[in-house]
Amino acid sequence: MIVSEQKPFGQIFDFVRDYNNILVLGCGTCMTVCMAGGENEVGVLSRQLKLAARHNNLNMNIDELTITRQCDREFFDENATEKINRSDVVLSLGCGVGVQYIVELFPEVIVRPGVNTRFYGANISQGLWLERCAGCGECVLDQYEGICPIARCAKSLMNGPCGGSADGMCEVDTENTECAGQLIYERFKNLNKLDELLEIKPPKNWSAGRDGGPGRIAREDMMFDE
Amino acid sequence: MNRNSEVSGSNLERVLRSGEFALTGELGPPKSADRNNVIEKAKYLKGNVDAANITDNQTAIARLSSIASGVICLEQGLEPVVQITTRDRNRLAIQSDVLGAAALGIKNILCLTGDHQSFGNHPDAKNVFDIDSLQLVNMLYKMREEKIFECGDVIRNGKKGRVAEPRIFIGAAANPFAEPLDYRVMRLEKKINAGADFIQTQVIYNMERFRQWMQDVREKKLHEKVYILAGVTPLKSARMARYMKENVSGITFTEDIIRRMERAEDQKTEGRKIALEQIEELKKMEGVHGVHLMAIGGEKSVQGIAEEAGLLPRPPAVTG
Amino acid sequence: MLKKKPKIIAFCCHYCAFTAADLAGTMRLQYPANVNIVRLPCTGKVNANMLLQAFVDEADGVMVAGCEPGSCHFLEGNVRAVKRVSFAREKLSEAGINPERLEMFHIPASEGPLFAKSAKEFTEKISQLEKKGDGEADEPDSDETGVETGETDSREIGAEKGEPD
Repeated sequence: MIVSEQKPFGQIFDFVRDYNNILVLGCGTCMTVCMAGGENEVGVLSRQLKLAARHNNLNMNIDELTITRQCDREFFDENATEKINRSDVVLSLGCGVGVQYIVELFPEVIVRPGVNTRFYGANISQGLWLERCAGCGECVLDQYEGICPIARCAKSLMNGPCGGSADGMCEVDTENTECAGQLIYERFKNLNKLDELLEIKPPKNWSAGRDGGPGRIAREDMMFDE
Repeated sequence: MNRNSEVSGSNLERVLRSGEFALTGELGPPKSADRNNVIEKAKYLKGNVDAANITDNQTAIARLSSIASGVICLEQGLEPVVQITTRDRNRLAIQSDVLGAAALGIKNILCLTGDHQSFGNHPDAKNVFDIDSLQLVNMLYKMREEKIFECGDVIRNGKKGRVAEPRIFIGAAANPFAEPLDYRVMRLEKKINAGADFIQTQVIYNMERFRQWMQDVREKKLHEKVYILAGVTPLKSARMARYMKENVSGITFTEDIIRRMERAEDQKTEGRKIALEQIEELKKMEGVHGVHLMAIGGEKSVQGIAEEAGLLPRPPAVTG
Repeated sequence: MLKKKPKIIAFCCHYCAFTAADLAGTMRLQYPANVNIVRLPCTGKVNANMLLQAFVDEADGVMVAGCEPGSCHFLEGNVRAVKRVSFAREKLSEAGINPERLEMFHIPASEGPLFAKSAKEFTEKISQLEKKGDGEADEPDSDETGVETGETDSREIGAEKGEPD
């Protein structure tokens, strides 16, 4: 899933303090499961805004809504459309995709981001999310037995680990981040194929990802004829 | 490594090829445009080492460029080993820099990934890491031997242009002390296969581990395929030892070294004594072809140590 | 400006604090009438949303009263409540509300007097906050007795506060 975390409240409050009608719009998919912008977070943030508005003697009407997905047209139903159109500013707790999609669908509405979109990750345990994929566009997990050096090594070393690997941890964050090179090494060792690590992995083709320009996938078979 | 004929014509290559025990030093460019700073440091090293590593934005701190500093050293009669990290430049910029460096007379390049930018003075910077150090070694090797760029194009200016590839003596780093320990020899082998001519190791404060690593290296006969220069840095104080032990990943200490430093009346002299003992042992160790003496911030002290270690005079430098 | 009695909401666990409150009533122990009790099956039920809503609905102070550590009927609901209260306090503080207005208590079922005492003291604390304005609540305790009444004889109230029930 896409993993985000809420922006500092002060920044959010500054985004919206000059408006009267504010819609806090949550997203029911990734942002809900990463606990950054689901119904619950929309509730807490809306209440915080109400209290802050009262504290600052501001007249703010705060409405709240969470839709299934902010990145899909079909979930902007009648109710959502009405609420969005009625507001002066939409504070989106969707990821960066959601914020932009609302702007595309409702060009006359001002939209502000309430979360910082961080990475593609897994929910490792309650309250803990870790990055697992960098969306590079050309998956190499087959070559590394399911451990991605691009996303999980601070230097994206394809022929790692570097000299900064100590006690299985990455020198960039020795407390919390495991060394991907070490994990790959151990996996290959367990699978009895260490010799395969001798192979020099050539430079990666980055053009399939962000470096090749904004991504586009078009499925003719799925498109409607118009 | 090509052992049959000279590949770069660098002084370092010639010394190593002759079988002489080599000595390289290190020169850290200033955090300013002060060329005199480089000239000053070069003076201390000239004639006392076979070549000096010029660090590339060491510890991710912006400094006078390693190539520019290398050229200043050349002018002063000190052969540079220009370090290139893959942290700040992509394959395009690096190849361009390598061509430029070669055109300016630089003949040795040490390939590194570089310290992560979070350790330096621009932690907000975007890192590049388009390629890693191994891929960089291989890229330089293909530029020199196959005369092609990473993309496969021949290194010449147009179809009728003269093929003019960079003749570089290719260096790489090895850390016998980092984990996983049993992978470290394999990683060396990988660097050799990628095309490394010489290796400089991480500084040794754990000779036991180094001996073990060299034994594994010899077992695989890797020392016959690459020149190995062992890293030595004299400790200045027990405090420095403890700091490095606790804060620098990939450096290990034997208890003995720490204890010796702590008990010494004159810690600086003791640190120097330890370094000299290490050099003495390394000179005799099979498969070690030289020492890379990194005197942190102490280009001045290199001559004295080299002298005492019996490494002077150096073989006369040949201008290529 | 002196407001009338502060409005306090006390979220009480059915298995302990709520029973204790009941007991306080039975024992005819006095505790402020402005403390409105909301019974929960467990303090593990509280979340930031609920706690903040109480303030949106004009509460001046909110108590969360659960079992003592280790004696939660649902094993660790009270432990979770502690974390959630501390999270909600952060959220309050960000919104400009003094986090001292929200507090977690641990009150066993048999402790009617402790409930009465806690409710009294918390009401007192909130009253003082109302009087002096939120900003100063973060000051260290030593000042508090002096500021509390705004009058000369502060020591008496300070002593009263410290008295065991």
